[in-house]
Amino acid sequence: MMRFVKRAEISKTKSTLIHITSVILALLVAAVFIFISTHQNPIKVYMAMIKGAFSSRYRINEVIIAAVPLIITALGVSTAFKMKFWNIGGEGQVCMGAFAASLVALKFPTGSRPVTLILMVIAGIIGGSIWALIPAFFKAKWKTNETIVTLMLNYVAIKFIQYLQYGPWKDPKAVGFPKIANFPDEAVLPKVFGVHIGWIIAAILCVVMYIFMNHSKLGFEIAVIGESENTAQYAGMNIKRTIITAMLISGGLCGLTGMIQASAVSGTLSVDVSGGVGYTAIIIAWLSNLSAPIIALVSVLFAGLVQGAAYIQTAFSIPSSVAEMLQGTILFFVLGSEFFIQYEAIRQSKLEKMIQKEIQLECSATSHKEEVL
Amino acid sequence: MDGITSFLAAAVVAGTPLLFATLGEILSERAGHLNLGVEGMMLMGAVLGFLTASATSNPILSVLAGAMGGFIGALIYAFLTIELRANQVVSGLTLSIFGAGFSSFMGKGLGGKVVPADLKAYFGPVPIPLLSDIPILGRALFNQSPFVYFGYILAIVLGIYLYKTRPGLNLRAIGESPGAADAAGINVSLYKYIHVTLGGALCGLGGAFLSLVYVPAWQEGITAGRGWIAVALVIFASWNPYKAIIGSYLFGGLDIIGFRIQGTKFAVSQYFIDMLPYIVTILVLVISSIKNSRKNSPPKGLGEAYYREER
Amino acid sequence: MNSVDKNLVSIKMENITKHFGKVIANKNISFEAKSGEIHALLGENGAGKSTLMNMLSGIYTPDSGSIFINGKEVNFHSPKDSIEAGIGMIHQHFKLIDVLSAKENIILGEKEGFFLSNKKDNKKIQDLCNKFGLEIDLDKKIYDMSVGEKQNVEIVKVLYRGADILIMDEPTAVLTPQEISRLFSIMKNMKKHGCTIIIITHKMNEVMTIADRITVIRGGETVGTVKKDDPNTNPKMLTELMVGRPMNLSIKRVETQKGKKVLDIKNLTALNEDNVKVLDNISFEIKEGEILGVAGVSGSGQKELCESIAGLHDVESGEIYYKDENIVGKTPREIINKGISMSFVPEDRLGMGLVAPMDIVDNLILKEYHKNKGFIIDREPSKEKAAKIVKKLDIQTPGIDFPVKKLSGGNIQKVLLGRELESDPKLLITAYPVRGLDVGATYTIYNLINEEKKKGVAVLYIGEDLDALIELCDRIMILCGGRITGIIDAKDATKEKLGLLMTGEGEESAV
Repeated sequence: MMRFVKRAEISKTKSTLIHITSVILALLVAAVFIFISTHQNPIKVYMAMIKGAFSSRYRINEVIIAAVPLIITALGVSTAFKMKFWNIGGEGQVCMGAFAASLVALKFPTGSRPVTLILMVIAGIIGGSIWALIPAFFKAKWKTNETIVTLMLNYVAIKFIQYLQYGPWKDPKAVGFPKIANFPDEAVLPKVFGVHIGWIIAAILCVVMYIFMNHSKLGFEIAVIGESENTAQYAGMNIKRTIITAMLISGGLCGLTGMIQASAVSGTLSVDVSGGVGYTAIIIAWLSNLSAPIIALVSVLFAGLVQGAAYIQTAFSIPSSVAEMLQGTILFFVLGSEFFIQYEAIRQSKLEKMIQKEIQLECSATSHKEEVL
Repeated sequence: MDGITSFLAAAVVAGTPLLFATLGEILSERAGHLNLGVEGMMLMGAVLGFLTASATSNPILSVLAGAMGGFIGALIYAFLTIELRANQVVSGLTLSIFGAGFSSFMGKGLGGKVVPADLKAYFGPVPIPLLSDIPILGRALFNQSPFVYFGYILAIVLGIYLYKTRPGLNLRAIGESPGAADAAGINVSLYKYIHVTLGGALCGLGGAFLSLVYVPAWQEGITAGRGWIAVALVIFASWNPYKAIIGSYLFGGLDIIGFRIQGTKFAVSQYFIDMLPYIVTILVLVISSIKNSRKNSPPKGLGEAYYREER
Repeated sequence: MNSVDKNLVSIKMENITKHFGKVIANKNISFEAKSGEIHALLGENGAGKSTLMNMLSGIYTPDSGSIFINGKEVNFHSPKDSIEAGIGMIHQHFKLIDVLSAKENIILGEKEGFFLSNKKDNKKIQDLCNKFGLEIDLDKKIYDMSVGEKQNVEIVKVLYRGADILIMDEPTAVLTPQEISRLFSIMKNMKKHGCTIIIITHKMNEVMTIADRITVIRGGETVGTVKKDDPNTNPKMLTELMVGRPMNLSIKRVETQKGKKVLDIKNLTALNEDNVKVLDNISFEIKEGEILGVAGVSGSGQKELCESIAGLHDVESGEIYYKDENIVGKTPREIINKGISMSFVPEDRLGMGLVAPMDIVDNLILKEYHKNKGFIIDREPSKEKAAKIVKKLDIQTPGIDFPVKKLSGGNIQKVLLGRELESDPKLLITAYPVRGLDVGATYTIYNLINEEKKKGVAVLYIGEDLDALIELCDRIMILCGGRITGIIDAKDATKEKLGLLMTGEGEESAV
């Protein structure tokens, strides 16, 4: 009879191996599904996806543009997650950051590009921070469950932007579908090497956040609080203050994403400025075990997946939504694999043998102790 | 007069998908599992129900297919979170993403396609004799599609189940404290599997209602965020099926009130009205955590994986 | 299933072994209990009593060994199996659902009938209550009940299922004296009806009052089974069985010049979550260069005393003077900065004071990092300190960057204590620092503490080994149920004296 016993320890190689196995399994299962539903050779499909994402300069640029918001938002979300504060509100924080930045761009342009952009960055960060501060405050003060509050605030934010888009900020010059006016040129982020400067920001933030989480005092406090509030208290940390500060950073990063998306990608504020990035970022952060460099890698892969799917839509007539299904399947398998990292299967008879051996060892150790004395 | 009746009737219809999804999520959360995949399960139910309807024109099969769609999604979530003790929040979100992809994938090319006319007839309004003659309320509540009537019955049945039967008591116990339930000899795992997947089936039904009755055609993203409103509704209704009826129709009314008040002196942007369910839910949560009220708080075991041998 | 014949062996456990991860909780334990008897399972916290009984209640499965109920071998896979065999367990931490009523908790898990039927259930419960002399308000919600009332609900719950073997885990831990005597009369009633009652406890006086036979468990093994009525059986003898250690260390007590008062505690009282006094009017002092030992059965208030001084537990009344300054109400960080170091090694050894998944260096940083100027933590000095500590205390680890939760028990404590000593404290509070350590490591720790003493540090030492306390400390304070039952000079102390004071008999006055 098999029993599942909690592992005493597991090597890093073994756990990485389990993760990789689960990804491969997921790809296999998805391949079967692709074959059954589209009668196409799954290997060809996968190869085409890779080609569609990375085979030309233009395509790579598109992947980078898609990866930037994922990276920054995932960095923001993981700051909160490290503290075991479940910030599901990335979506809303991105929106409010975009809103604040748009406020500057549309209502308070300064006439100078660098100044306007810097003001927009600051506004974006503040917008996201404030939106994250709301659940943080309720949690710190009254222990209100942050999962639901952050989730609800997502929709309040989206509806707010919808209101602006169809109401007071509607562009009178727009024909057909209501939209908000385009940003003036000075409010649009410049490009570097053909891609908007967001990629440099994302790269810098990866390094900064890595240093922050692993080498700064606040990063240390966040990690300790996440592991054990008791120990954090014992070490003298101010838990409430740390929670609020961490959430300001988390929301701020998401808000920054909003600014970048509005300024560089859409050139305006619209209701799809976040486009689900808040939720995908959560999954990326979780998959990457909250580590900055892995977040960057996984974000690029996810973005590549979406790009590749868009390509095969035209090439194979396979709907691009297959990307979401693939993402979901991979994640289901990785989620399930966590169990095998924590527990191992062991046969009942082997278990009994192991225990008898351990007891014998202990008995001989004790008698040895008594001899020594 | 007629305006109010027609408004109430429309509110009930608009609230019905919310009701199914909310009842489904109540079952899941009462078992201790926060399933954020409601949107995904509704979408899976919507697309499978619609496809079956297009293929067979059979109302029973279509509805069953809808339930199946939600059931399958919930089964994946249940296996992950019950058997493999995976993180509930991430698992649920993944289900939402997966479900959206699945429904978009299966529904490709069907955009705008309508439900076959002969099937439509089955879901048309059926007035209930006597009751439907009651002024205003009667006409609003009892001249509806059988699907809607099913919603009334379901809510009442679930209420009785939860509060007046032994399995219902056991379920409530599991949500509060799986350890105490286990010690009392209840098969915690089995209860969780049954209620989480049943809950998913109900969410699927909610989605099927949208594609089969409400629209009734296929649209990409037909749920339009209703799954998230359902998550909010569960809290608003304090995990109580009876209160879920009121809440669902209330929020259903909010959904459609927008254009009816434009041009009147009560004109408020539809979008602010749309925000109300979410803002109200936040307030409910905050107030109950301030009061630390036991009556309306979430099941204490919500979100936790249960493992008997944990030391 | 009632056994008509009294003195029938109703429970027999043979060679039971159970382990969790690397910890062996029960080693080849054999135990038996008869019907119509109250059998006490005596032992210190962590000895393995609860684990053993949890296998009877179906919560744990033995890794090896057999269990026989009324002569038949059983294999419990879940609490359901245990309940069907007629076993009812009343846990130390009640398994009741707060938001439900007494009645709902009692009928929970009942198979018969789909709909809840008020009248039938009520009558059945009422009959039971009358039979055994219990009083319960059926519709009252659990969160409105007193501890004694909750316990009654737990008892009726198991009786309702037809249990005739009852296991009670530390039942009197939170009861008032009146509630305790009421419980005992209920237990005697059940005995008369032929039930088997096993009571898990570490309280001597209760054992002597109510038990027929007593089995002592120590370190996961059975040490012996005695009859209460046997002339050799008395609290002294039982205490020795319970706390005795096979080793006999000889530690040189260092004689120092005692300096000024460092710690002066006056009338300290603290409450726990249920508003029960965990510290009751405690007063004592420690001088520079002095080691004050604290003896007491686990759970007598040692943890709360440490936490109160460290600022981690609220003080209800009283003062804590550290060098003439009352530190009650100060934040933990302020107290750390004043030079008070507290290290408490709990039963699971991690959990407080160390962050399990972090390595030694990061755990060292825990107390130091806030002294860094600027945002970045400079790990270099801590890395050096870590290497130093590893060498000094001979910590077995693949490296200083190895997560502490993977270190074997004793090494984890060495890290903890090493860190505390490195912070150069003026007042060192250390609880159970040698818990689970081998001889060599234990000696090392005692030497380190003596060195601190020579430096003029005041030491509050909480320990389990009475021999060590007597040899290491200058004075010994004994806690029992949150009160000080005695402070005696170590030179005058004997294990018997300490044992009696620990169980609340024969109180003496202070030095």
